[in-house]
Amino acid sequence: MAKIIVVTSGKGGVGKTTSAAAIATGLALRGNKTVVIDFDVGLRNLDLVMGCERRVVYDLINVIQGEAGLNQALIRDKRTENLHILPASQTRDKAALTPEGVEKALETLSQEYDFIVCDSPAGIEHGAQLAMYFADEAIVVTNPEVSSVRDSDRILGLLASKTRRAERSEPPVQEHLLITRYDPNRVTSGDMLTLEDVREILAINLVGLIPESEAVLRASNQGVPVVHDMDSDAGKAYADTVSRLLGEEVPLRFYGYQKKGLLSRMFGGGRR
Amino acid sequence: MKLLEFLKRERKKSASVAKERLQIIVAHQRGERDQPDYMPMLENELLEVIRRYVQVDQDAINISLDRDNDCSVLELNVTLPRDE
Ligand SMILES: Nc1ncnc2c1ncn2[C@@H]1O[C@H](COP(=O)(O)OP(=O)(O)O)[C@@H](O)[C@H]1O
Ligand SMILES: [Mg+2]
Repeated sequence: MAKIIVVTSGKGGVGKTTSAAAIATGLALRGNKTVVIDFDVGLRNLDLVMGCERRVVYDLINVIQGEAGLNQALIRDKRTENLHILPASQTRDKAALTPEGVEKALETLSQEYDFIVCDSPAGIEHGAQLAMYFADEAIVVTNPEVSSVRDSDRILGLLASKTRRAERSEPPVQEHLLITRYDPNRVTSGDMLTLEDVREILAINLVGLIPESEAVLRASNQGVPVVHDMDSDAGKAYADTVSRLLGEEVPLRFYGYQKKGLLSRMFGGGRR
Repeated sequence: MKLLEFLKRERKKSASVAKERLQIIVAHQRGERDQPDYMPMLENELLEVIRRYVQVDQDAINISLDRDNDCSVLELNVTLPRDE
């Protein structure tokens, strides 16, 4: 039986897809059979971040509508063993995503995989609710910024009431806070919420802290999830996050003030 | 004294303002979480009725539902203007 993890946030552009790609890849690199599913129907992006956009033939909606089998739609990752991608449809209407269809697909995948990672669309409507409905765990991606934190709290409300676990009065969805795009220097200057602030306001367990990093853009440019770039701060931070998801205790890093060296100040180079 | 307060205010960092605002918003959102769906409508209609008799602001009315095991208590607090 697979563990189903939804990567969600409410607000758009906070780093859900980046995180879903990095975490799914990280789980697979650690030897877990993993599939990552794009629920963002009409705005698919995961295939680009995973670097498999030219190999998409069928998608989640085709599977749900019975037009293709799961094995036809699943894309095997070229770099990482144990990893598959199930892309979203770029053209079809969101309404084609039915709860029954999703349930059936997840049930079949559950037999084969250790982890199913669901990349949620933004918002709190149909697509986002369906992405979280069957989840066992939720990674709530939050930027240290007012609207993102408020939206995350809304999502926590939905996780507690609008999921299968809530409706069946089963043990609740396990919630993890993932703070992304954290800029320690702006925190030090008092213009960005600290990680303690965000954790205190949302009152859930912190699973990771991803710094604002140039490596993320480089990674998405190349279609290689940033966790492959283990020289980078963001790559290491995602690898740490994966370890914590697997139950290991790993100290936090990348939250301290970064003093820019003379050379990087002169040439404007950022953090790697 | 005034000057000191002014200087203190000036030094208050934007992140701590953000934190205070968020704490209020989130407390409010969490209060609403367990409410029945009809509560906002009920609140509006009650406000309308009260306004037929007294002029009060939106935030002068406070309504909450406390659920115990065997019963629920609907609590309504209205702050009326002083000189009636
Ligand atoms: N830690 C980070 N540092 C820098 N840029 C980031 C970081 N995380 C995400 N981004 C950028 O933010 C944008 C939105 O990210 P994305 O993962 O697509 O968000 P979402 O799926 O929540 O809409 C992308 O351009 C991505 O490259
Ligand atoms: Mg996305």
